[in-house]
Amino acid sequence: MKVLVTVKRVVDYNVKVRVRSDGTGVDIANVKMSMNPFDEIAVEEAVRLKEKGLVTEIVAISCGVTQCQETLRTAMAIGADRAILVECADELQPLAVAKLVKALVDREQPGLLIVGKQAIDDDCNQTGQMIAALTGMPQGTFANKVELVDGHAVVTREIDGGMETVRLKLPAIVTADLRLNEPRYVTLPNIMKAKKKTLEVIKPSDLGVDVTPRILTLTVSEPPKRGAGIKVADVATLVDKLKNEAKVI
Amino acid sequence: MAILVVAEHDHGSLKGATRNTITAALQCGADVHVLVAGANAAGAAQAAAQVAGVAKVLHADGTSLAQQLAENVAAQVLVIAKSYSHVLFPATAFGKNVAPRVAALLDVAQISDATRIVSADTFERPIYAGNAIATVQSTDAIKVITVRTTGFDAAAASGGAAVVEALAAVADSGLSVFVGSEIAKNDRPELTAAKIIVSGGRALGSSEKFDAVLVPLADKLGAALGASRAAVDAGYAPNDWQVGQTGKIVAPSLYIACGISGAIQHLAGMKDSKVIVAINKDAEAPIFSIADYGLEADLFVAVPELVSRL
Repeated sequence: MKVLVTVKRVVDYNVKVRVRSDGTGVDIANVKMSMNPFDEIAVEEAVRLKEKGLVTEIVAISCGVTQCQETLRTAMAIGADRAILVECADELQPLAVAKLVKALVDREQPGLLIVGKQAIDDDCNQTGQMIAALTGMPQGTFANKVELVDGHAVVTREIDGGMETVRLKLPAIVTADLRLNEPRYVTLPNIMKAKKKTLEVIKPSDLGVDVTPRILTLTVSEPPKRGAGIKVADVATLVDKLKNEAKVI
Repeated sequence: MAILVVAEHDHGSLKGATRNTITAALQCGADVHVLVAGANAAGAAQAAAQVAGVAKVLHADGTSLAQQLAENVAAQVLVIAKSYSHVLFPATAFGKNVAPRVAALLDVAQISDATRIVSADTFERPIYAGNAIATVQSTDAIKVITVRTTGFDAAAASGGAAVVEALAAVADSGLSVFVGSEIAKNDRPELTAAKIIVSGGRALGSSEKFDAVLVPLADKLGAALGASRAAVDAGYAPNDWQVGQTGKIVAPSLYIACGISGAIQHLAGMKDSKVIVAINKDAEAPIFSIADYGLEADLFVAVPELVSRL
């Protein structure tokens, strides 16, 4: 079975972004970029399924600027077999990405898609569900565990209050949550091997997809600052402050 | 055109987040309808009809909706969505699961985690773990929105007298089957609705110590328990206790962070709390930079003392 995984190039999770003073966005020039952490988990899960002999080929997809090729090389260093970049310098919103991936699903005919549940830049948490909708596939979002059994994906999901398990008819889409697995470290030999793997570059127009943004960003601003409070000397003072100053207990 | 709120419920009653979403809906327009898609969900439909400000409740009832599977609930919403200018969901595990499916099938973009309704087509939402706030304008005819519940007060549970209209339930998609769930039962308030939250980090050291130290404090305060990602990853606390960018977003009156250093991803989930207390023995911990009251102390000594003094 073939698996598609999607990877997004985002500002590294350790970077605290700065809002541009003109309010047009955040400053990402000269900032460290990495693979979205949830996508790394998605790639790792696909590789583990391949190592178990349940998957024959893993195709990694990214949509975005030329530098996304680096992100795809990382995916191939983790263990993806080949990669496709849908290159586009313009802003791509989740609906547009979902349409691009849908077009690639039509072409590649995978049995399973694994994607990160959320990108840590726009924090949208939409693309996986949108791909599922557009392809008519069932979805297992916020996955904590994935098993392939008798032509089905059995997915345990992290939900409010606990966990839920659903059985999905394949082809299906799974969105990875934090505890699905712990991604491996990429080794130098695997980075070298990844350089030799196939990376195809296409344009949104090759797939016949209109990627015009539907949402306009009017301004981006700093959130209200929360000033530091005070240090208290001991527990007794803390209790006194909470009771008599903050009046919250 | 009217505004549609897709209710989160347990069939018998409404989940609190639905009422916060109704408040957001009333800021988009005056004519607010609520869809209750469930099985034997007359209780939830009645509760929705009583919420202040609701004009009409649409109640679809059938076995296909018993487990709230995304494929079926989305199909149910799509039966009526085109008659509305806005379709709102709470930004909970339920809403996040279903809303993008609805948006994609309507061929419209979705606005995730709206924290403020600026006008009928313009909204504020946090990006980059809440380190920036984007003001965005939708160009689509139908606005599909998930509402961050901490951004809106809950509409009053009573005072409304909406009509309840029955709707035929959709057929099962046949694509997915509910196998089972493990929902932790406890008497504590729900994390996202709690007035006080006691939250623990990696410094607790083990699941046993997490319980031994924090449970007495939570019991004394009638608080919900939360955790940092580090504590959840280490297995000290269940997954759904995680507070942060990709976990639960909370804004209680009092948030007590015990042994939490304060990574930006954690702060993203709790920095809108009214009063923040940090107990940490590391004077340099970033959590102190946003805490109203910081106590630099060993939590294994300070927390039991706090319990005894309350």
